[in-house]
Amino acid sequence: MIYLDNAATTLKKPPQVAEAVCRAMGTLGNAARGAHGSSVGAARTIFDAREKIAKLFGCRDPSRVIFTNNATESLNIAIFGAFSPGDHVISTDLEHNSVLRPLYALEEERGLELSFVPADRQGRLDYDAFERLLRPNTRAVVCTHGSNLTGNLVDLRRVGDFVKAHGLLWIVDASQTAGSQPIDMAALGIDILCFTGHKGMLGPQGTGCLLLGPGVELRPFKRGGSGIHSYDRHQPMTYPTRLEAGTLNGHGIAGLSAAVDFLNSVGLETIAAHEAALTRRFYEAVRNIPGVTVYGDFEHPHGAIVSLNIRDYDSGAVADALSEVYGIATRAGAHCAPRMHRTLGTEDQGAVRFSFSWYTTAEEIDAAAQAVRQLAE
Amino acid sequence: MLRKQRSWILTFDETVDAMAWERYCETHGLPGRLIPVPREITAGCGLAWKAPPEAEAALRAALAESAIAHAAARILEV
Repeated sequence: MIYLDNAATTLKKPPQVAEAVCRAMGTLGNAARGAHGSSVGAARTIFDAREKIAKLFGCRDPSRVIFTNNATESLNIAIFGAFSPGDHVISTDLEHNSVLRPLYALEEERGLELSFVPADRQGRLDYDAFERLLRPNTRAVVCTHGSNLTGNLVDLRRVGDFVKAHGLLWIVDASQTAGSQPIDMAALGIDILCFTGHKGMLGPQGTGCLLLGPGVELRPFKRGGSGIHSYDRHQPMTYPTRLEAGTLNGHGIAGLSAAVDFLNSVGLETIAAHEAALTRRFYEAVRNIPGVTVYGDFEHPHGAIVSLNIRDYDSGAVADALSEVYGIATRAGAHCAPRMHRTLGTEDQGAVRFSFSWYTTAEEIDAAAQAVRQLAE
Repeated sequence: MLRKQRSWILTFDETVDAMAWERYCETHGLPGRLIPVPREITAGCGLAWKAPPEAEAALRAALAESAIAHAAARILEV
């Protein structure tokens, strides 16, 4: 099989990730639930992971690295923990449902006011709209770093300038870019960075992170066992425990930690360059095939995603043919990105998304392009 | 029968602080180890650092130098 669904989850991982998970399953106790070797060993493993992840993303305080189950949970913790009735939030049409649905829920349940920066037919954000959408009660910007449909990257420096100029809170969804693109929270001024561990980070499913910048405070999202302050009625307000009720996924975090070691050994710039070259190779191979429509902006920095349609074919049928005839795994349909599909005019047809990773080869790219060419004939 | 000895005990409010302190001590060759927090001390975190009392001065200096958050430090029979 040629696996080109890495924007959903990376299938190929560094072997040391699975090794670390297996080792952890045989050795780790429950972190922060005892002082015996197995428990402290788990706490050490998790602490090591916090330190590595803090360093990788320019988060100055490892205690503000919060472990979650996935990016969706990270974004729910951030969005439900930050906003109050009457706040106005600016988001974008590029967002995934993991951003949109928490925002819509707060709009309906607590009177949150929402505005969305629009995108054009190439999925390019209208950056000037941030200023136009600003209100006296604007509290925050919540935006993705990269569209999970078109692969277009958001210019974080440009958004950051707007956020800084108006003293807003800034939540960034890096689900599609963490591990594939360098991100420095401190340098960019990101207040809250959310991502999953199982995509570009090359870690296990069931791992995710929420990184908090200095001075950012969130209300607890869930409450329960913490291993500290056990006689208090309330969830402890110190970090990371404030946002980490319940036993952590120590086994998965051990794997994520090994994945970070791998990313550091290769270098994020090297990974980004490799994925950019693959993306360009595929885009150039398919863009002029008669009957093929490619979505997105390939003139600016782009993630490792190319989405397309062939004629008026159902995207699901195309993905099925790719899988059954050519052994190529892609993702069809709506991609949990309803606003982006409406903008592109692909709400009915969906689109076929090809997404690449560090482990994707040029030969796989060429085989996929050839398959598209044949299906378009 | 449990044997007690005079020890310098450092407590924490957060597990991450206990972890950071253990890492700091290891890196700087400072004595001690993590134990369950003694009942004589009220602390948030279930982990405490136990060290020989004669190391108190060096450990207090390390606490100040490292700026690692902690709850309390005292000599106890544990």
